[in-house]
Amino acid sequence: MLELAFDVRRGSFHLQVECRFASQWTVVFGPSGAGKSTLLRMIAGLELSESSQPQRARVLLDSRLLTDSARGIRLRPGHRKTTMVAQQSALFPHMSVAANVAYGLRFLDRASQSARVEEMLRLVDALRLIHRRPRELSGGEAQRIALARALAPGPRLLLLDEPFSALDGAASDALLIRLKDWAVEHGVQTVMATHDATDALATAAEVALLHEGRLVALGPAAEVLADERERLQSRLN
Amino acid sequence: MDWQALALTLKLATVTTAILLAVAVPLAAWLVLGRGRWLAVVEALAALPLVLPPTVLGFFLLVLLGPRTSFGRGITAMLGHPLAFSFEGLVVGSVIYSLPFAVQPLVAGFAAVEPALVDAARLLGASPARIVTTLFVPLASRSLIAAAVLSFLHTMGEFGVVLMLGGDIPGATRTLSIVLYNQVENFDYAAANRTAAILLASSAIALAAIYLGGRSRGGRRA
Repeated sequence: MLELAFDVRRGSFHLQVECRFASQWTVVFGPSGAGKSTLLRMIAGLELSESSQPQRARVLLDSRLLTDSARGIRLRPGHRKTTMVAQQSALFPHMSVAANVAYGLRFLDRASQSARVEEMLRLVDALRLIHRRPRELSGGEAQRIALARALAPGPRLLLLDEPFSALDGAASDALLIRLKDWAVEHGVQTVMATHDATDALATAAEVALLHEGRLVALGPAAEVLADERERLQSRLN
Repeated sequence: MDWQALALTLKLATVTTAILLAVAVPLAAWLVLGRGRWLAVVEALAALPLVLPPTVLGFFLLVLLGPRTSFGRGITAMLGHPLAFSFEGLVVGSVIYSLPFAVQPLVAGFAAVEPALVDAARLLGASPARIVTTLFVPLASRSLIAAAVLSFLHTMGEFGVVLMLGGDIPGATRTLSIVLYNQVENFDYAAANRTAAILLASSAIALAAIYLGGRSRGGRRA
């Protein structure tokens, strides 16, 4: 269970969100500039406020307070049991794929690290890439490795910010289904931001509709994205 | 040729460079990763020796480390001798004087590392120290080399601070720059030419090595 309350200004942009994500898999849907990435970065603890304007931020994950601006609580990104995959895969260019995936596994011994790296690469269907360098990967392969790296430490919350934009439709769908099954099986709550209605409809049990920094709807995908589904169907007919 | 002065100059440059890297790497990382208004003040202080005349800096240090201040008296009591007019005093002066030559290339190099990589490392639990050792140092290695070489060369050719703070004591504070000054003062231009040539050649070789190293890595990025 993820509870959020944000009332934050970034220049002319105003993020106002107050909600509770109860589903294991939630899609944050909205057009470009709606504030999806900012919302995910704030949940991850990456957006630290330097503004003099009054701001309110509160993040609660499974009753554990991650951020509470009123009480001056702001856990550092690596202490939230939260990982994130963004559109830009951000692989460490000087490390092999194996070293990238193992980066968040310092708490494990070497043998356990290797086993975990292989398990994660197998999950994203990229075990054959284990010895490659990031510069030798395609965009889609790099996104698979970034996902494996984010899953490896065993997060409680996984944030996905349009993570499969470089994969073709069939590959993206297959990976999403596999990832969703794995996340549900391992109790990893996932929040995925996308502006692609097909991604949202394909996986969503719960959809949060964001528009210009405001949450305008939250509920089952079939209800919240009814207009989008009709639009897609009319294009196909 | 004053071999003793050459050895002392190389020793001073080596010790100063080692201390500067140990200080400048965490300082530059803090300036890049940190937040807050104090950072601008610290960055300005670290750059101050660039615009401060060396003789002024040397004079301030001479007064600060001498018997006129309680700080200087404390240091003297602790070490058993004053820092001024000693090799250790020269090291202190050189570290302060060359600080911007180590910090500025490192800040430029660390800041050029993609923020998305730093965010990814932070999300995976990396501490600032681990970000420095696993990302900043390997990805900004050319800046690290530039900082080391610039610090070394700047210390090799230092004159104002050395003269003010160290004077001209053979084997303790007489560096090649002081030797060159003495040779010119004595109208021994042939010897001065040789001393100047050593300082010029060491600078030219080191700078050429930096630029050639940079080109062989395939870019002009710091």
